[in-house]
Amino acid sequence: MKYLKQLLSILLLMLAVTIFNSCKPKNAGSAVSADAASKAYVPPGKYDEFYNFVSGGFSGQMSVYGLPSGRLLRVIPIFSVDPEKGYGYSEETKPMLNTSHGFVPWDDQHHTELSQTNGEIDGRWIFANANNTPRVARVDLTTFRTTEIIELPNSAGNHSSPFITENTEYVVAGTRFSVPPDDANGDVAINTYKQNFKGYLSFISVGKEDGKMDIAFQIKCPGVNFDLSHAGKGKSHGWFFFSCYNTEQANTLLEVNASQRDKDFIMAVNWKKAEEYLKAGKGRKQTVKYAHNVYDEKSHTATSEIRTEVTVLDSKELKDICYMIPCPKSPHGCDVDPTGEYIVGSGKLAALIPVFSFTKMQKAIADKAYDGEYEGIPVIKYEAALHGEVKKPGLGPLHTEFDGKGNAYTTFFVSSEVVKWSIADLKVLDRVPTYYSVGHLCIPGGDSKKPNAKYLIAYNKITKDRYLPTGPELAQSAQLYDISGEKMQLILDFPTIGEPHYAQAVAADLIRNKSVKFFKIEENTNPFVSKGEGTTKVVRAGNKVDVYMTCIRSHFSPDNIEGIKAGDEVYFHVTNLEQDWDVPHGFAIKGANTGELLIMPGETQTLKWIAEKPGMFPFYCTDFCSALHQEMSGYLRVSPAGSTVPLTFSTGTNMPKADSAAKK
Amino acid sequence: MLSNLAASIKKQKHSFMKKLAVILFLGAFIASCGGGAGSDTKAITDPYDATKKTDGGNPSYDPKRGEGKFSKVNIPAALDATMAGNGEKTFGVKCSSCHKLSAEKLVGPGWLGVTSRHTPEWIMNFVTNTDAMITKDPKAQAQLEICLVRMPNQNLSDDEARSLYEFMRKNDGVK
Repeated sequence: MKYLKQLLSILLLMLAVTIFNSCKPKNAGSAVSADAASKAYVPPGKYDEFYNFVSGGFSGQMSVYGLPSGRLLRVIPIFSVDPEKGYGYSEETKPMLNTSHGFVPWDDQHHTELSQTNGEIDGRWIFANANNTPRVARVDLTTFRTTEIIELPNSAGNHSSPFITENTEYVVAGTRFSVPPDDANGDVAINTYKQNFKGYLSFISVGKEDGKMDIAFQIKCPGVNFDLSHAGKGKSHGWFFFSCYNTEQANTLLEVNASQRDKDFIMAVNWKKAEEYLKAGKGRKQTVKYAHNVYDEKSHTATSEIRTEVTVLDSKELKDICYMIPCPKSPHGCDVDPTGEYIVGSGKLAALIPVFSFTKMQKAIADKAYDGEYEGIPVIKYEAALHGEVKKPGLGPLHTEFDGKGNAYTTFFVSSEVVKWSIADLKVLDRVPTYYSVGHLCIPGGDSKKPNAKYLIAYNKITKDRYLPTGPELAQSAQLYDISGEKMQLILDFPTIGEPHYAQAVAADLIRNKSVKFFKIEENTNPFVSKGEGTTKVVRAGNKVDVYMTCIRSHFSPDNIEGIKAGDEVYFHVTNLEQDWDVPHGFAIKGANTGELLIMPGETQTLKWIAEKPGMFPFYCTDFCSALHQEMSGYLRVSPAGSTVPLTFSTGTNMPKADSAAKK
Repeated sequence: MLSNLAASIKKQKHSFMKKLAVILFLGAFIASCGGGAGSDTKAITDPYDATKKTDGGNPSYDPKRGEGKFSKVNIPAALDATMAGNGEKTFGVKCSSCHKLSAEKLVGPGWLGVTSRHTPEWIMNFVTNTDAMITKDPKAQAQLEICLVRMPNQNLSDDEARSLYEFMRKNDGVK
């Protein structure tokens, strides 16, 4: 009896365990198969196969990861200061963050886009948008540094950016928060949104050779929220597609008031037509104010110029530039397949995905199959442009990328999953969970004509229980899926900086061999360069002191400076004389209320430092450079304002009096 | 002192040491697949090609010539003053931070007499193929024990290396 009782209780326990396990939601244990680790494993000392350029969200920067390992390779400072690298702190880099509002040390970086030629990634530049103070940046992929930033007038909330046309003719920027135009009176009642607020789209031209950006034209559109965009390609080259929400034109409690209409729009823009109108002089010159900042890799110096004019085309007057395509429930993602035929709109509150056909859309325009106008823009009949709908794919579709084999992959924020579906017959083929609440996704080349679809990366908004807890703020994350087979397979989680939004990935071969290793000292045109220790000096002009300094493993020249007086503004112009890869030197001085300098080989960077009070101020190299790195330091003596201590500077000669005498 | 001692030991056990060194070198390469130089400079190898051998295992290392692209340099007896002038400019930008023109050591050894201590090929190879030679050349290694800073590769062109050698000759009194 006792034996039976025991057996029964054991059986009951086993049953309970079985039930418990089967009720448990799919977790990492069940979602990850045994070979996942080997698929994401890159042995020590080996390179990754792909670069992954991930937007840094509210960090304002862009991060670069290697795939499939998920190793962080570099954080590229773009829109936020970075004291670690001296970005925004050195005199040479400060102008990069200049705007019409003055120096802006932070922004919110959402999307990244690699330059393309013939619709394929060419590995030259990567563009980045600033959402808060509207700007677009260009990063040079030979240096992995921000080389140009252009501000956007008439804009606010630059979200549908920095997407490009298939030969990088243009980078676009659209206004998420419509505002009164810059030359109109902005001091109006907020509830006059419908009358006074406008949404501007900017077309920024990109120099074919040098990549230089210029606002070619802007299109004035109705005041709505432009959200995301993608260019047409192949057959739809010449068109750009922007999703928009809040076509209700609400100005308060958008959560409710901008979700009233059953359908908002995807706006199709015929930019080739816009170019014709521009040429024909149909644009209006508008007086505005915006900054254009360029970093020169020869002088290692940024310059900022304030520009005062843009040319604006009006979508209401020029009837055949813009067309509205109805799209269910506040569309977010707006993605064009590799052939250029299909435009996928993702209504973030919808439970279906509409897919539009470029060919049908063209026919609808030719047939004038319109459903009236929206604020003077023709509205194409939904069915007339529709290829079809993916039924019941999941909840809350956001973004779609493509594998070039006829399949699309869409993220679902609400149901936390990625769904693979076939474009031709709109059938769902596979689905995998994400942990948790996925936003953007990325397939290498997944928004180009030629995807390289080995991996898919999902960028999640919430990680909850996925990592060791770190207080109230938890890591944001990316998840890597192998999509080379029929089924998607989760192989890796890795945390990211800031909040990851859109990202791009490309085969490493396209970029890695073009990396600059050092800057040639002979080509350095910085006005404060010291080409050799023999040219170092300290020059006083009033209370401004210029220190022309060099560094090499492992000393500064000069490393003894006396005769600085309290109240002096000291500028350390430090030239790194090294001519080899991977030997930056750092420069830091006690009490500096800026940051440090991190000087690449052959480069000159300047740190401004105020001699606040008399005393002794050591400076040193912060980047471990050799066995004698700890010796790489010096002293700056500050005397009272009226002092007669002469200005002297030296390296290796300023010996104690007794020693000097003994030597003689 | 240390280097002298090392040199004398090396002399005594020359051929044995040489063989041993070769074996050790090859062994190290097989084991590490061309791994780090072990000091403050990071070894630059091609991570895509782990099987590629560098010359590190080359048993035919010539300590007179060193290793690099220069195997025979013709040096006329008379000084080329223009070339020496160019060399002096390069010295000012890329070398003078660490080397004096006298015999006195600064970060690296003083230059006086350098052209009598080394062949022109050795010097020109050393200034253009610095990392590799510091790793395997006995004289360079002995110098590293004294200076403790690996000489930076200053990426001199062939012409710059030749001009620099001419300037060294001028500094050593060649007319």
